[in-house]
Amino acid sequence: MKARIKWSKTGVLKFIGHLDVQRYFHKAMMRAELPVSFSKGMSPHQIMSFAAPLGIGMTSEGEYVDVSFDWCYSSQEMLDRMNAVMNEGISVLEFKQINEKEKNCMAVTAAADYLVDFRKGYYYTDAFLKRTEPFYFQEQIQILKKTKRSEKEVDISPMILAIREQDEQIFMRLVTGSAENLKPQLVMEAFCNYLGYDYEPFAFQYHRLETYLKKDGELLPLGAVGRDVPNAILPDDVEGNV
Amino acid sequence: MNNLALIDEILLKIEKPVRYIGHEVNSVIKDPEKVDIRFAMAFPDVYEIGMSHLGMKIIYEQMNRRDDVWCERVFSPWVDLDKVMREEKIPLFALESQDPVFMFDFLAITIQYEMCYTNILQLLDLAQIGIYAKDRREDAPFVIGGGPCTYNPEPLAPFFDMFYIGESETVYYDLMDIYKEHKAQGGSRQEFLKKAAQVPGIYVPSLYNVTYHEDGTIASMEPNCPEAPKTVLRQVQMDLDNTFYPEKPLVPYIKVTQDRCVLEIQRGCTRGCRFCQAGMVYRPLRERSLSMLERVAENSLKATGNDEISLSSLSSSDYRHLPELCNYLIDNFRSKNINIALPSLRIDAFSLDVMSKVQDVRKSSLTFAPEAGTQRMRDVINKGLTEEVILHGAEEAFKGGWNKVKLYFMMGLPTETEEDMKGIAHLCEKVAMHYYKLDSQYRNGRVSVGASCSFFVPKPFTPFQWASMCEEEEYTRRAHLVNDEFKAQHNRRSLSFKYHDAKTTVLEGILARGDRRIADVIYSAYKKGCLYDAWTEYFHYDRWMEAMEENGLDYHFYTTRERSLDEIFPWDFIEIGVTKEFLKREWNNAMEEKVTPNCREKCSSCGASRFGGGVCHESKNQME
Repeated sequence: MKARIKWSKTGVLKFIGHLDVQRYFHKAMMRAELPVSFSKGMSPHQIMSFAAPLGIGMTSEGEYVDVSFDWCYSSQEMLDRMNAVMNEGISVLEFKQINEKEKNCMAVTAAADYLVDFRKGYYYTDAFLKRTEPFYFQEQIQILKKTKRSEKEVDISPMILAIREQDEQIFMRLVTGSAENLKPQLVMEAFCNYLGYDYEPFAFQYHRLETYLKKDGELLPLGAVGRDVPNAILPDDVEGNV
Repeated sequence: MNNLALIDEILLKIEKPVRYIGHEVNSVIKDPEKVDIRFAMAFPDVYEIGMSHLGMKIIYEQMNRRDDVWCERVFSPWVDLDKVMREEKIPLFALESQDPVFMFDFLAITIQYEMCYTNILQLLDLAQIGIYAKDRREDAPFVIGGGPCTYNPEPLAPFFDMFYIGESETVYYDLMDIYKEHKAQGGSRQEFLKKAAQVPGIYVPSLYNVTYHEDGTIASMEPNCPEAPKTVLRQVQMDLDNTFYPEKPLVPYIKVTQDRCVLEIQRGCTRGCRFCQAGMVYRPLRERSLSMLERVAENSLKATGNDEISLSSLSSSDYRHLPELCNYLIDNFRSKNINIALPSLRIDAFSLDVMSKVQDVRKSSLTFAPEAGTQRMRDVINKGLTEEVILHGAEEAFKGGWNKVKLYFMMGLPTETEEDMKGIAHLCEKVAMHYYKLDSQYRNGRVSVGASCSFFVPKPFTPFQWASMCEEEEYTRRAHLVNDEFKAQHNRRSLSFKYHDAKTTVLEGILARGDRRIADVIYSAYKKGCLYDAWTEYFHYDRWMEAMEENGLDYHFYTTRERSLDEIFPWDFIEIGVTKEFLKREWNNAMEEKVTPNCREKCSSCGASRFGGGVCHESKNQME
């Protein structure tokens, strides 16, 4: 069976990179002694796929990973067993079964919500909070995007789906995914340019709230295509295992 | 618990911030108000190296088992953070509490290799507790050294308050008890050092005076107070079953060098290779029981979620329960997709069978450590491996599907001749020839025979402690000679030859057999910017040589000089178990190319039987 697991990353664990998060989950599954499915072949590995990687330094309460299991307990019990072996800082929040045909969460990720907080000592916060609307409603938001090979001016305004003040922080919804992706850091850099400030990369603290897929033109949390598992799914019940 | 010693701006600017934040699974957190002793355990190299070290995990387990002690970890900040900490005067901190090390009661530093000596000075410097022990304030932590390099602690003596000579399991608790009592009573630093000096195995260097002859050799080394014993007895844990072992090891977030559970199956070695310090200083051989190792394997895999487990020891093939242990691991863990990493084993039917079960034969390589190219040279070093055994083992392996072989050699061994050097290439050629002579059904493409060569560094407490080293140019000349010989072989395209850096070898030689005067050289080198000398990109040989000169020392005294058999060595005050008489006998046997049998064949009365157990008393137990 295929499961979509929602998880959060907070506190000092924000310094752990994406590859290390993957290793962390592999080991956590082993500690919890859960029946994760392994790939076949000479060096079998856990069948696991993560949604949009979170940059080092960012926290999140809306991360997802798809994991295949040979069988599983109920959603609640899976969560309990995982959380029992997790560290303070990474917790699993939702465990849902998804269809075997469902594309993995990496492939379907379309957008993500972020909250941007201000670190003390860099900027006058109100300058940002009061001008989110005019910043958003510009016709174009040009920014120099650096890739490994080139630098080019791009207009990021179509990739900003929403931006507004929220509790003295900045909320933004950005296009996210493997095809098109906008990092919140780039938006804040553009915002600084707009305000005529030098961009200070350490001035902002980013927190991801939710990650979305697009279904029939509508953005839904990645977990929305899954269903709760009320009772254990034993090996015999699993599709294809019969 | 989310208060880190470093602010986000620093952590986001440096490489791998995870090295400095602690919070790993199975790390031990205690309430600092509820413990009596804060104990910082440091490994003077970067996190990924230090976190792979078993000894440190044992001490972490041992110390934290006491409710009154909180043992935390410290590693060398990498060069990027080192710079920031100096600029911003951030004191060295421990990972668990993130508290500055200067608040601690002890800073224990494990000293695993000579090339980490400048990193030790970095730790002391960043901790802001004085690099030299004499400059340390009354309330500074006691700096205590341990590990293999403390079998000659003298080059580091002025930097440490004390050294723990031997295995941690035996007297650390005694030392902690004495400290607790001392702290409660209130007393001076000096008073505690004198109490500590009375604990067996504890060496307090400031309580000894060393005098020198005019030629620079040692005239005497004497205690300068009644509390310090004339000699210091190495500590040995005889019962390796009922003792401390990490069954819930830490789980690092980043990939460390040894990202797996480790089973130390035995300590010590019976083989008596004359160049090998570990083989002498860890005598006698002591095995762990199968039942204990099975329990540790089960518990540590479950507690970590690691997907690999490895066996660790010297000469692992000598472990008597090896087949049972391997079968246990294969039967219980292969089905859970856990890898079993084998140590290098003697190649025979058993090991080939086990290896084919746990690794991909096509990808893995076979390892032999003949150490020398000719039988004569192998007799000198007492390496029992014969050409016949190597060739037979290789043939069996080729038939089993392997076609990659690695061989380890040393150059610059005592009495080495040109023939011995060329013998390295010849032996590799013979291994390759054996492959090509096989029936085609056993062959799968070209064979790959890789020779890796290091230069011999004489170490204290080995029969070769009297040996002279070569000049750097001579090592390089010899390496070129061997390389040319490889090029002249018929199967040269199947052979490869790599050798270590000769400059590192010379410096290791200076530090390994150095005396107290070398300490100032280490200090000067550190002040010139030497750090992470074990990392080639940061190794500055020229600065070290300048430091030698500035301190008025000639490196030849430590490297190429001939030593007489009655010279007093800086490390002679340590009683290691093996006697100096035995080492002399072995040195003479080496010169006469005479082989000494291993402990299980015949006891050679090395002196280790005084510890009252292990292999020395095996046969007696069996007869009972």
